[in-house]
Amino acid sequence: MTRHFEQAGAPHQPPSATVSGMMQQVLFALVPAIAAHWWYFGPGILFQIGLACAFAVLFEAAMLKARGRSVSLGLSDYSAVVTAVLFALCLPPLAPWWIAATGMLFGIVVAKHLYGGLGYNLFNPAMVAFAAVIIAFPLELSQWLAPRQLSPGLPGLLDTARAIFTGSLPPALDWDAVSRATPLDLLRTGVAENRLVTEIRSDPVFGDFGGLGWEWIANWYAIGGLWLIYRRVISWHVPVAVLATTVVLSTPLWLLGPDIHPSPPQHIFSGALVIAAFFIATDPVSGASTLRGKLVFGIGVAVITLAIRRFGGYPDGVAFAILLMNMFVPLIDRYTRPRTYGHRLPRARAGG
Amino acid sequence: MSDSGIGQRLWNFPGGLRLRHHKKIACERPVAEAGLPERLHIPIGRYSDAHPVLLVEPGERVLRGQALIDSGDDFQVAVHASTSGQFEGWTEQNAAWPPGTRQRCLAIVPDGLDESIPARPLPDWEQAEPGALVDHLRAMGLSGLGGAQFPTAAKLRGDWPGIHTLILNGAECEPWIACDEMLMRSRPEAVIEGAQVLARAVGARRVLIGIEDQMGTVAERLERARARLDPENAIRIMKVTTIYPEGGERQLIQVLTGQEVPHDGLPQDLGLVCHNVATAAAARDAVIDGRPLTERIVTVTGPGIKTPGNWLARLGTPASWLVELAGGYREDVTRLVLGGPMSGIALADDSLPVDRGTNCLLALTDKEVARTQPTLPCINCGECVRVCPASLLPQLLFRAIEAGQNDQARSLNLFDCIECGCCAQVCPSHIPLVDFYRHGKDSLRLQDLDERRAALARRRFEAREQRLARQQAEREARREKRRKQLEAPDQAQSEIQAAIERARRKRQ
Repeated sequence: MTRHFEQAGAPHQPPSATVSGMMQQVLFALVPAIAAHWWYFGPGILFQIGLACAFAVLFEAAMLKARGRSVSLGLSDYSAVVTAVLFALCLPPLAPWWIAATGMLFGIVVAKHLYGGLGYNLFNPAMVAFAAVIIAFPLELSQWLAPRQLSPGLPGLLDTARAIFTGSLPPALDWDAVSRATPLDLLRTGVAENRLVTEIRSDPVFGDFGGLGWEWIANWYAIGGLWLIYRRVISWHVPVAVLATTVVLSTPLWLLGPDIHPSPPQHIFSGALVIAAFFIATDPVSGASTLRGKLVFGIGVAVITLAIRRFGGYPDGVAFAILLMNMFVPLIDRYTRPRTYGHRLPRARAGG
Repeated sequence: MSDSGIGQRLWNFPGGLRLRHHKKIACERPVAEAGLPERLHIPIGRYSDAHPVLLVEPGERVLRGQALIDSGDDFQVAVHASTSGQFEGWTEQNAAWPPGTRQRCLAIVPDGLDESIPARPLPDWEQAEPGALVDHLRAMGLSGLGGAQFPTAAKLRGDWPGIHTLILNGAECEPWIACDEMLMRSRPEAVIEGAQVLARAVGARRVLIGIEDQMGTVAERLERARARLDPENAIRIMKVTTIYPEGGERQLIQVLTGQEVPHDGLPQDLGLVCHNVATAAAARDAVIDGRPLTERIVTVTGPGIKTPGNWLARLGTPASWLVELAGGYREDVTRLVLGGPMSGIALADDSLPVDRGTNCLLALTDKEVARTQPTLPCINCGECVRVCPASLLPQLLFRAIEAGQNDQARSLNLFDCIECGCCAQVCPSHIPLVDFYRHGKDSLRLQDLDERRAALARRRFEAREQRLARQQAEREARREKRRKQLEAPDQAQSEIQAAIERARRKRQ
């Protein structure tokens, strides 16, 4: 007797990966760095992540509903949460709650859903969010806490909550005492005042090779990123291109003028370069499609970041570098197509 | 074309996937005879003339090996009775591809005696002319047993200058399929002798047999047979790393020779010709034993099968018969695949008769094929780019085809896609990418056909317009000439006179 079966296209085995699985691995890879952030700068980061996630999920759900899409399906891919966490990691720990709300409004509603939702956004949503808030609220975004070693006392859970939601610190903690300019801020203003880098670096906020605390958070980002490469969630191209370009560009300048140019490790281990290299510039949707294109994209991000750090109006330029490179993606893709099998034969190679 | 270094080392191909193998479960028992079902429906194959002349009347008794359809030319494959019995003439059966189509078959009711016609070996084949060898293989109904069933004679004969290397493809590389491994294990001599037959037929001086490095004792057995049968050391057994789709013709050529088949060309352009190991063994049987191609090894396996294994099945045996031999289905079976899990075809039912390309019947359960999420939008993760063995940009191809921009897809080299399925396998959004590519290719072929038809219609229309204009002009010219004649005064007078004369004569 003939038996009937379902018909479907090949392949006929379980797919190797899921979008939600990839996003979850990105979140796992961020856990060590978040823990380090908490250790060095207090529990503020947890509030920022919580706030950003809450607003992101809220906006995502609202936009999915408005666009007539399945809300549960849209939320189950975790992409909004990843955007929120990456955005939150760029915020000062005590930033007021409406920073997260504004950022996610721009990141999720404008950058993502107004461009067509998951897979269609031209610009990195987390970086659109960050660019929006740093342009709109430069003061709030520059109020960084001093790392644990330099702080008279990191605010606890309750004080942190009060600071974020009411904007006031308890009298025991004085803003001037707990806050501190970031290493990149100091470098910018110091170099502008014609002070020597070595002199600027004598400030205790600098660590062994980058910023105190920052350098270890950056290490944990790198470890998480390497794990993502090992798990094939991201490819090595963008991180390698970003970091190698930074070293290649800053090394000769530093060798020629160590007094006015920061060293390569200083560049890499302060600010957002490492998280950007492994987690933000590797955003697949708004990045280059080809493997060579990913290299070009990473090189561009590093070049623009260093240019902004040296000449620009902001201490760090990673967000703007990524957004600028997003604009070039169609062009990069067009000129970095791989050679298809059988098109233009490779030169005959002699075996041996 | 340079052939230095070929056979000395291996090259790599880009992309590909290391997949979990599931061959062992089908390789535990030796290849068994499948026996004779109630009725055989022998497919005539996709390369046959649609309406070939039958050599036998329906109702006659035929013997095994007796030709039912002759081969007209190199592209038309002869079909032979695969057992003795009563010939019933034409039948129609479901075809595997395209889905929903039927294929023409020749039906035989076996009489159980399995009598054969006398063997017709080719004497002194070692000294035979290549042309005579190809003719013999053609008459014996040889076509590719790897899956595509390309007529062997058409591949061997041709005006290609200097074919130097014959490649035998023994790298199945799809998980589950084990028929070629079992063949090489059980009949290594046949593969070696078949290699010599095909090499002589095509004029190649060297043979590379590409097998997987995970095939256990196969390399050893082949090597032992080679040492005995190949004193000139013209045959080399090459173990290739098992990376899917290494068994694809173009990928295997790249791995064994470091060369790429031109995108608009054939392996023959590189001085190479590629055959499946099973085709070689069948060529040996046809030339040395004098037996036409009437059977092949089929792997019946998968988690939906009770006792997986390999069977030597007569062409025309229904799939359901083989499944029965394999203990039947398990209860939770949901999908029956012809071929492997990466690029096989999901069959609508198990009535499909075995033809020359039936390498594997794979029964899968819901656990194997169930989807864990609906299709999501492409997030451009680039995993497909990393695994594409043809170095295409699968996600851009998908976006072009999804947007209906087929010309864009063509300029992204859509037609170089070999439909191996690697991209769809790794896609985290679970987009059925291969289905999109097939759709894009079909649309483009249709578009090209429409364009050719439109061009033809336009040419016809223009020719007709010209013809009408010419006829009109000729009529005008005649009328003008006539008018001119009448305008002359005496001419008109005399014509009127002549008319009056005619009328008068008529009245009388």
